[in-house]
Amino acid sequence: MTVEHVEIRPGAYADSVALLQVSRDVAATPGVAAAQVAMATELNLEVLAGMGFDVPAASANDMVVALRLDDENALSAALAAVDAALAAVRKGSSGGGQVTVPPRTTASALRRSGGGLALVSVPGASALVEAMDALDAGCDVMVFSDNVPVEQELALKRIARDRGLLVMGPDCGTAVVGGLGLGFANAVTPGNVGIVAASGTGCQQVLALLDAAGVGVAAALGVGGRDLSSAIGGISTMTALARLDADPSVDHVLVVSKPPAPEVATAVEKYAAGLSTPVRFALLGAGQPDLTTQVEALLGDLGVAVPEWPSWGTPASSAGGSALRGLFVGGTLCDEAMLLAAATLGDVRSNIPLSPELALDSSLLAPGHLMIDFGDDGLTRGRAHPMIDPTLRLEHLAKVAADPDTAVILLDVVLGHGAEDDPAAGLAPAVRAARAAREVPVVVACVGTSADQQGLARQAEALAAAGAEVHLSNAAATRRAVALVTGGAR
Amino acid sequence: MSALLPSLPPTAVAAVGADMFAAAVDAQAVPVERVAWAPPMDGTTDDLATVAADPLRRDANALAVSRMLDVQAMLVGVAPASELLGLEKGQFLHAGPPIEWSRASGPMRGALMGAAAFEGLVEDPEDAAALFAAGSSVSLDPCHHHGAVGPMAGVVSPSMWMFVLEDPATGRRTFCSLNEGLGKVLRYGAYSPDVLTRLRWMRDVLGPLLGEAVAAAGPIDATAILGQMLQMGDEAHNRNRAGTLMLLRDLAPSLVRSSRSSEEVAEAFAFIGGNDHFFLNVAMPACKLALDAGRDIPGSTMVVAMARNGTDFGIQVSGTGDQWFTGPAQLADGLFLGDYGPDDANPDIGDSAITETAGIGGFAMAAAPAIVRFVGGTVPDALATSRRMREITIGENDRWPIPVLDFAGAATGIDVSAVCRTGILPQINTGMAGKVAGVGQVGAGLVTPPASIFPAALAELARRTCARAQH
Repeated sequence: MTVEHVEIRPGAYADSVALLQVSRDVAATPGVAAAQVAMATELNLEVLAGMGFDVPAASANDMVVALRLDDENALSAALAAVDAALAAVRKGSSGGGQVTVPPRTTASALRRSGGGLALVSVPGASALVEAMDALDAGCDVMVFSDNVPVEQELALKRIARDRGLLVMGPDCGTAVVGGLGLGFANAVTPGNVGIVAASGTGCQQVLALLDAAGVGVAAALGVGGRDLSSAIGGISTMTALARLDADPSVDHVLVVSKPPAPEVATAVEKYAAGLSTPVRFALLGAGQPDLTTQVEALLGDLGVAVPEWPSWGTPASSAGGSALRGLFVGGTLCDEAMLLAAATLGDVRSNIPLSPELALDSSLLAPGHLMIDFGDDGLTRGRAHPMIDPTLRLEHLAKVAADPDTAVILLDVVLGHGAEDDPAAGLAPAVRAARAAREVPVVVACVGTSADQQGLARQAEALAAAGAEVHLSNAAATRRAVALVTGGAR
Repeated sequence: MSALLPSLPPTAVAAVGADMFAAAVDAQAVPVERVAWAPPMDGTTDDLATVAADPLRRDANALAVSRMLDVQAMLVGVAPASELLGLEKGQFLHAGPPIEWSRASGPMRGALMGAAAFEGLVEDPEDAAALFAAGSSVSLDPCHHHGAVGPMAGVVSPSMWMFVLEDPATGRRTFCSLNEGLGKVLRYGAYSPDVLTRLRWMRDVLGPLLGEAVAAAGPIDATAILGQMLQMGDEAHNRNRAGTLMLLRDLAPSLVRSSRSSEEVAEAFAFIGGNDHFFLNVAMPACKLALDAGRDIPGSTMVVAMARNGTDFGIQVSGTGDQWFTGPAQLADGLFLGDYGPDDANPDIGDSAITETAGIGGFAMAAAPAIVRFVGGTVPDALATSRRMREITIGENDRWPIPVLDFAGAATGIDVSAVCRTGILPQINTGMAGKVAGVGQVGAGLVTPPASIFPAALAELARRTCARAQH
């Protein structure tokens, strides 16, 4: 019979990603059935309640250690594991006898570094305060944090505009500044293309394709998914365009975004037309060309021949079933796949549906075509992004593979800074297992560059060896998956 | 400023939040400074965002600090409170935010009772309790409301002589009583006959003598002496030895040349030279003179006063006018004199936290390693404390450099927002008064304000920000 241990540790703090690691380490301790070590935020308290823990009153500044143990005897080992895991993530914290103190605010860190760029990934409600420190210090800032209220985003961007500074974000997953990858970004070679991106994985797809075409990138400036909305009016997009225009090493600019609000599109296009550097808009939406097609158009501008986009593995063949099941870590990649698939297959249900009536319930299972974005906010509550922790998607992969209706499984793998060290290590065995009972075709879009630390070819080949058909282009992968569903061979 | 070129990598990255992003920058060989971030004080998240987004805030804070740092505090005179402040018999000033007799602590009551006897309102100080309880013939008002500051109980009555500090650029003035020394003294709540005898000597001999000497010696630059003190092991709150001797040095010729007898001059020399805290009462009004220049700037989150009356700890903030934000005064943690112990101590008292508000005292602890043990600390603690205080201030004071911190300027201009963000409370070095009226000093140590007053001040700053935005 299991026993529960719940304790509150007032004043203890570690960031959510660190605590997810702690929870995972502790859960792996023998005798521990479940473990959650988290700050007692409203959200985490819900997660804990959902796990069946009874948590006493606590504030968001308290840490909760919640353990479910096989028996009483496991407690001391489990608590030791908690302490060891917490100690491991708290490197460099000050103790007795220390004469130096770590910076406690972004302002302090920028004083010590003598300026530079600020990178903010605190919880959304605190992001403006940290980002404003950067603007006060005359520095640009990238805000990875999501859940920043839109009026705060506007306040931040207005002040940045007045001071000639750039706010990348909020909810900006990807940026490359002078070759430095920030957030989830790919290793690129220097070149003459500048990118402005309101979409993280969309930007990564562009980086991957340009790299394959031998085209280098000067910079990829993220602006956050809402920048081209009516509320924000494209403030950061215009600043980013101005920056790229002023940079003598940038000869072509590509803007990657969902279609902007119409009046914002007009304003931004008018602004771009006034620049000396040509600007191409790659807008992702119904009736718009896919990203691969847009990159091919840019290659045309550059006078670079469009290469054959890389693919790996034996072409998959149909094994029955009628439904396409896409399991994604990249939101824009999921969007793009839905747009492409829906044009041929009709309705695709999703947790980020193209229209509201196609929304999936929390089981994420339904008859017919499905595409799930595991990186969506609704699925990252209480756990890390699937580019870091693939557990949930791997579980779901087994479920859809077991469903005889599944005709094709479509997956994405995103490489680069910030992503898992070796995604194929977990995914390839899962693909093999999925195909063990019935050789259901698995098509993978593997988005990365040749210089990415995970090794694009190594990852793609490992997945191909497990039986997947792997493409660098998400659009190509999706078209193959659709063709397999409609029964067309290659 | 010129915009950075996106094709060039940043010279450095400051990363706040999840460590994996900082680690990725590290791995790409770009220097990264990691912020040891923690959630802000409970309930402050929204107000912090409101205040951070206030379009006035940045420039208002820069203005508050620069006005403060521009002040030159000159000692220009010594005269009775009746002349300087127009205090009349029965009017008493006290330290800290406003307080009525019924809530006054032991040392505050003791000092008021002693002062009443000193002013001749009663024969026996014990009889004054009824006078203050009735309240009809006496009135209490904070020093801070009259341009003055007072250490510990900070009681000022009309016949007490006061230092006058003046900013030559504006003519603004601040005031502080003369320091009585340590041990059984009025400011610690003692009122025995020897305490009153000393006060009379200060009224009849020391005050007039200093008045004559300061007038003859001409304005004395207190701000410059404070800068010198930090080079000489003083932090100007609990250690004022170098400052006292420098003041004495500057006044010595004029003291000797005064109209007073050589015996009286010798007494004054012995008294000042034997009282290591004598300069505190010059340092405090010098700090107040500087901080008052930073008052009343809409949008500024800078603290312009921290003061305690033995019951409440109060702060005033530039952007919120004269409003006090108060909470219970805390007990200091430190060392005790003789047989006294924690049970004998009164909660924190005095206007002397004006020194920390200005960036010295506990903030400059690194400058005064000689006294770290007196307040129960170690030298590494002192260095870390001075550095930690920089996390909650808007700027540094280049005129007050701290040698051991490689001449970094004293951390200056406490930012209410930064306190709420970091949970780091201002560190105050303080003496401890006995909690029973009449006892006097029982020890010294370290104390912080009650945490709650900073979120309270922040909430008012946020309210004013919203009100401005709607107009």
